[in-house]
Amino acid sequence: MMEKGLVELHEALKKGTVTSKELVEESLKRSKEVQEKYNAFVTILEDAKEGSVTDDLLSGIPYGIKDNYSTKGILSTGSSNTLKDYVPFFTATAIENLSRHGAIPVNKTVLDEFGMGGTGTTGHTGIVKNPWDPTRMCAGSSAGSACAVAAGVYPYATGSDTGDSIRKPAAYCGIVGYKPTYGMISRYGLFPFASSLDHCGVLTRSVEDAAIVVDAMKGIDENDMTSWDSSDLHLYDSLGKDVKGMKVCTIKEICDSSMYPHASKELKAHLENFQKTLEHFKELGVEVEEVSVDSTLLNAEPSVYVVISCAEATSNMSNLTGIVFGPRASADNYIDMMKKYRTEGFSPLIKRRFIIGSYVLQAQNKNRYFYNAQRVRRLLVDRWKEIFKEYDAVVLPVGSGPAKKFNGDKDMIDKNTAVLEEHLQIGNFGGFPSITIPDGFINDLPVGINITGNCYEDSKVLNLAYALESTMPYKNQVAKEVK
Amino acid sequence: MENYQVLIGLEMHCEISKTNSKVFSSAKNGYSEEANSFIRPLDMGFPGTLPVVNKKAVELALKASMILGCKQPEYMYFERKNYYYPDMPKNYQITQETKPIPVGIYGSLTYDFQGTKKTVRINNIHLEEDAASLDHYPGFSTVDYNRAGVPLLELVTEPDMHSAEEAVAFLETMRSIYQYAEISDADSRKGQIRCDVNVSIMDKDKDPTDPKNWGTKVEIKNVNSFGGVRDAINYEIERQIALKEDGKYDEMQQQTRRWDEDTFSTIYMRSKVDAIDYRYFVEPNIPKYRISEEWKESIRKSIPKLASERKEIYQSEYGLSEYDAKVLIKEKPVSDFYEETITLGANPKNAANWLTSVILGYLNKEEMEIKDLYLTPRMLVDIMDMVRDGKISSKQSKEVLNKVLEEKKEPKEIVKKLGLTQISDDKTIRDIVVKVLDEHPDLIEDHRKGKNTFDFFVGQVMKATRGQANPSLTAKIIQEEIDKR
Repeated sequence: MMEKGLVELHEALKKGTVTSKELVEESLKRSKEVQEKYNAFVTILEDAKEGSVTDDLLSGIPYGIKDNYSTKGILSTGSSNTLKDYVPFFTATAIENLSRHGAIPVNKTVLDEFGMGGTGTTGHTGIVKNPWDPTRMCAGSSAGSACAVAAGVYPYATGSDTGDSIRKPAAYCGIVGYKPTYGMISRYGLFPFASSLDHCGVLTRSVEDAAIVVDAMKGIDENDMTSWDSSDLHLYDSLGKDVKGMKVCTIKEICDSSMYPHASKELKAHLENFQKTLEHFKELGVEVEEVSVDSTLLNAEPSVYVVISCAEATSNMSNLTGIVFGPRASADNYIDMMKKYRTEGFSPLIKRRFIIGSYVLQAQNKNRYFYNAQRVRRLLVDRWKEIFKEYDAVVLPVGSGPAKKFNGDKDMIDKNTAVLEEHLQIGNFGGFPSITIPDGFINDLPVGINITGNCYEDSKVLNLAYALESTMPYKNQVAKEVK
Repeated sequence: MENYQVLIGLEMHCEISKTNSKVFSSAKNGYSEEANSFIRPLDMGFPGTLPVVNKKAVELALKASMILGCKQPEYMYFERKNYYYPDMPKNYQITQETKPIPVGIYGSLTYDFQGTKKTVRINNIHLEEDAASLDHYPGFSTVDYNRAGVPLLELVTEPDMHSAEEAVAFLETMRSIYQYAEISDADSRKGQIRCDVNVSIMDKDKDPTDPKNWGTKVEIKNVNSFGGVRDAINYEIERQIALKEDGKYDEMQQQTRRWDEDTFSTIYMRSKVDAIDYRYFVEPNIPKYRISEEWKESIRKSIPKLASERKEIYQSEYGLSEYDAKVLIKEKPVSDFYEETITLGANPKNAANWLTSVILGYLNKEEMEIKDLYLTPRMLVDIMDMVRDGKISSKQSKEVLNKVLEEKKEPKEIVKKLGLTQISDDKTIRDIVVKVLDEHPDLIEDHRKGKNTFDFFVGQVMKATRGQANPSLTAKIIQEEIDKR
């Protein structure tokens, strides 16, 4: 049953052809299998209980929680050794909201340590393997969530997205990844990485499910000043609107094959597949045009992300000292205690980012790096907003192809495809609603397409995705290992 | 000393005590003997907690900014000051520096100093969160997070003060402003006021308004009482002069020192070159928000009459002496009590006498605060009215007041209970007077010869009436009866 969508599951529960207990048991069983094969979980909630079935589409149905969401009484590690024993005493608002809708959490999923990575390989419990091909990565940081949803453990799992942490793993795992407009879902209880870029969101196997889940997660929260009132917005109810006459654009400098004269076969196939997907849009009556964005501006994008995200991260994670919470280190004095805890607890990747973050904020560097990064961020966002005046959405391929093999580090950016790999971060710069859906296969491995719209236009973005999804056979697809 | 002039600048930190909750968390803003009883997850830096700005704290900060004639920003921002210290569990403090603009910049405060007006320029005033309090013991330290996140106002002056006494007078004025504007109790015994003091000296004959002539700035951190401020400044002035005299002043680097109360001296902490880089950036969890003109206007309207203004009124309108006016404005609750009696119709001079001579003395003796008194302005006015109407004598009124305070009963009840009513009936008094005069014809003779026996007659009448005879009426009747004989 767990490979089915929420509406179908809900109907089955209502009819009584399956019970919530059976779903929870199946989900726990699948969790153990997936853990065995792909290592997607930090914690499996063995004692998860069935829930009552109401008219709520989420009631009684299992789901997964990324392990950077604070869950009361349940280990919440952020996939970091620094919090390997941390059991919070409060629950993130988004999770509280899901509980109110009767959703049943069955596990906590692995991420790149504190969300700071794009490979799913840096969590303290080990690497997460791709359920389509275990020699490949799921991408990150919501690796465990993407893996589990793709592998049919449950219909959805929560994710968080600071650069592309929902939308990239969704593409690599052949599923849907959606982060709504910044502030639609409260961040209270989400372990912060870079607060101005962090978004909560969800990984599902259909656009419909993404809308249903975010409808439940969202809402203004007195504990998060950046949250806003979206009570007038009903994402699921607004699905299915005719998209005929809507206008979308691609960006030449990012997705035109002429930009990549030395493209690999894989990249070529990916870009061709993308163009093919655009044809589906045209068949739906959506106008597709190509716009051009100054490549100097675009090429600055990956650095802007590094500077801003590292700067905020180094400050956000200063609270991790092992003194108030976390496994306290023993040393002669508190300074050495903190140093030891942080030196031993954080992975080298994170420490590198902390050093970058501190460096760019230092008085003598701040103008050159941090303030300039903020200026370029604004320029990029302004450019995108200008595009949104004319177009309903920007449509782009996700990454430079399907999931990558483990022997290669995503953090080592290939200059030629850097912007292609990183452009989803612009969605975080602007807080734009952004969704990735699967749009085909390359060498039997899934690839994705991304649709990003202007702030507060989530319904528009979801409708475009919903319409496009209907033209392709990937809705509710579950991963099949390809050998 | 006579060869030098001194430049003093202050950074005054004052907790805002008049909010219910902390500046970014919903924990109670209060003072508790029980450690770690006023805390929420944010105050201890638990992962995933977010700051939520307390509007009342911003309102009170803007009020202070307005009182000091500062310019208020159009938009409110906060920023992070990053440093590691056990009193700051997030290891950054949410604060405001000059960029973006804090709650106030470029104001000034004019205050009384030994009979002359002094003006100190305010560089800025900003709102931030207080840190936890640490207590150090041999071998270990304890952290109390009750104070972590309490709203704190930091006021930064230009170096416009020239002696320790001037600096203390400035601080006292500021304390009074915080109290009168109902921003803070500003109680240094509760650690609500803490200061950093900047001291430098320069040659007497040079122009102090030109920064080029200024000496090397020494900052003294964490001085926690006004007495400490005075002592630290005086110590530092002497230390710097001694360096000048020894020709070592030019070697002295700009530096930070701390005031050590045990050794009564300032102790070197670090030089400017070792200054901490706080890596400020705008707090991303607090969206910038516009401060509307309407809000500012309503805050401006809420500013009450401050001490200096009240003192002026007490002297010019109520005709009080400068001394009495000063005594009455020293504590806002006393001044409020006083003004309430006037609103209730009391004669300002009489009410002032009651407060300065009787009530404040009582408070002093009992170590009480006026708000804890059973006596209300209404009761005081009742007593004053009874005297005015001749119902009780002024001597009796003091007794009534004391009984009101002791027995916690309404003045009218006390009067009734003591059987105190003044006899103002002409015939009753006249009968007694006649009797007294009849018994002492010799003393009437003495009186006529110029000896003072008049008071004796009054005394006898009082004795006969157990003090209840109206004194002025009694005197009048005695005179009349003597004249008749």
